[in-house]
Amino acid sequence: MLEHNQYIQQKLKEKFGEGVYNFEETYDTLHFEADKDLNLKILNFLKSDEYLGFAFLTDLCGVHYPDNKGKELAVVYNLHNMAKNIRIRFKVYTDITQPDIFTATSIYATANWLERETYDFFGINFVGHPNLKRIMNVEEMDYFPLRKEYPLEDQSRTDKDDEMFGREIMQRPMIN
Amino acid sequence: MSQQHHITLPEGSIEKATTTLNLGPTHPATHGVFQNILELDGERIVSAEQTVGYIHRAFEKIAEHRNLYQITTLTDRLNYCSGPLNNMGWHMTCEKLLGVKTPKRVDYLRVIIMELARISDHLICNSIVGVDSGAFTGFLYVMQYRELIYEIYDEICGSRITTNIGRIGGFERDFNDIAFRKIQKFIDEYPAVLKEFEDLFTRNRIFVDRLVGAGPISAERALNYGFTGPNLRAAGVDYDVRTVSPYCSYDEFDFTVPIGTTGDCYDRFLVRNQEMWQSLSIIKQAMNKLADLKGADATVYHANVPEYYLPEKQDVYTKMEPMIWHFKIIYGEINMPKGEVYHSIEAANGELGYYFISDGGRSPYRLHFRRPCFIYYQAFEELIKGGMLSDAIIVMSSLNLIAGEMDA
Repeated sequence: MLEHNQYIQQKLKEKFGEGVYNFEETYDTLHFEADKDLNLKILNFLKSDEYLGFAFLTDLCGVHYPDNKGKELAVVYNLHNMAKNIRIRFKVYTDITQPDIFTATSIYATANWLERETYDFFGINFVGHPNLKRIMNVEEMDYFPLRKEYPLEDQSRTDKDDEMFGREIMQRPMIN
Repeated sequence: MSQQHHITLPEGSIEKATTTLNLGPTHPATHGVFQNILELDGERIVSAEQTVGYIHRAFEKIAEHRNLYQITTLTDRLNYCSGPLNNMGWHMTCEKLLGVKTPKRVDYLRVIIMELARISDHLICNSIVGVDSGAFTGFLYVMQYRELIYEIYDEICGSRITTNIGRIGGFERDFNDIAFRKIQKFIDEYPAVLKEFEDLFTRNRIFVDRLVGAGPISAERALNYGFTGPNLRAAGVDYDVRTVSPYCSYDEFDFTVPIGTTGDCYDRFLVRNQEMWQSLSIIKQAMNKLADLKGADATVYHANVPEYYLPEKQDVYTKMEPMIWHFKIIYGEINMPKGEVYHSIEAANGELGYYFISDGGRSPYRLHFRRPCFIYYQAFEELIKGGMLSDAIIVMSSLNLIAGEMDA
């Protein structure tokens, strides 16, 4: 592991203890997971700490892991310290039955639309968001299309299926 | 609707009411399909709300059902003014995940095509700023050279806007002589044209008066809003992915990163113009580097990775190995390594990132595009609030908002 990544890991461990775990380094980027209630504390700490200084939110997006019971939905934060050119990434998981995660809009203005996009596609409820409504899809839509159970094609098509892509066929609920 | 701020008028004036104006989704000034709902007090903007999503095509969902080489055609529909940049960014993301090393010559060819794409994008953006401020001439002058760039794409890949240039590991075929001749023609003729374009605008009193002070943003706000690319550099932050985390041998090239100070429309215009000069210099350097390559290095145009690189068609018909690989790749029978990768390139509008989660299958488990346009369009209300309606139009065109990139 690179020296600066080791240092970041150590600082996070000192500050949050058991709340941060599964540290990993891939392609020189430090990656970890955290408790969902800690996300704002971690973002604040990463941004305001003198050495860390992750002042730039590069990207925020959602991921759906249907087999991960109790932790089906994830939000991924990609952060960048531009001065030192260090990138890190962390994930918080939430239960799909009550997908509440605190909003990062007060820390990064960037998060506003990115969180709306994540809400639109995954139905993650960002608690405290100033304007949480759909951004890409029509407002009347009653499902969250990037969740894995929603099929790409309409139900009547039989010529394309997930099997061709190395995966098992997903359970496909009927829409409407 | 965002909060409205009513201006208190002096005693005795007639009762004031704001007007709602829909600027877009199909308006000549939006240059793409997106909407602004403006609340106007006379000609002054009280509040604005941006609406996007009119051409949302669910690329992230589609990508979860496609093989890697089929996703390339999705990426060039993001920022359709500079398709090759998006294609190259995608190939490099895949190469990072698959561990493919590209030969030097491929890197230089990619640099040439990427910088040409950057020039064509900036050229359109800057000349459109001219059109929206009433100066149509510049737009027509430079259009010929955008056409020349498109002809170069045409020689290399056979199409002009949705380019689908390149493959994982390199290019589908070597650049032909006509392509090189056209690139040389571009290098020879373009400086005079760009100079003329600058002469028309940069010190033009009417143009300068329209742009200076319109839609400024401070470096701090720009960073908080996630600005990248020319719009961030105009605000005075020298962040350029090409220099900060060099990819594709950009560390071997000698170029400067132009920056502005106030982040207004005029600075954005100047930064883009300077970047075109820098891109031109990079293309010249790349041509020299290509000429310096010797032996086998001077003809190679793809990496030797048969399991990911689509073989040439004539080999597919005549040789056993290429035919096997061809079918394996087309049918998607090659599993990728597991892992998560984020790769970003300096696209024409800023940091274009691909966040790619692979579960070891044949298509991405999740693919997220970090589209610079989508992210900085959030700041539009802050940029135009309190200004005139005609300034909002200029701000919109100088930000270079591309609907395809916003909506994905």
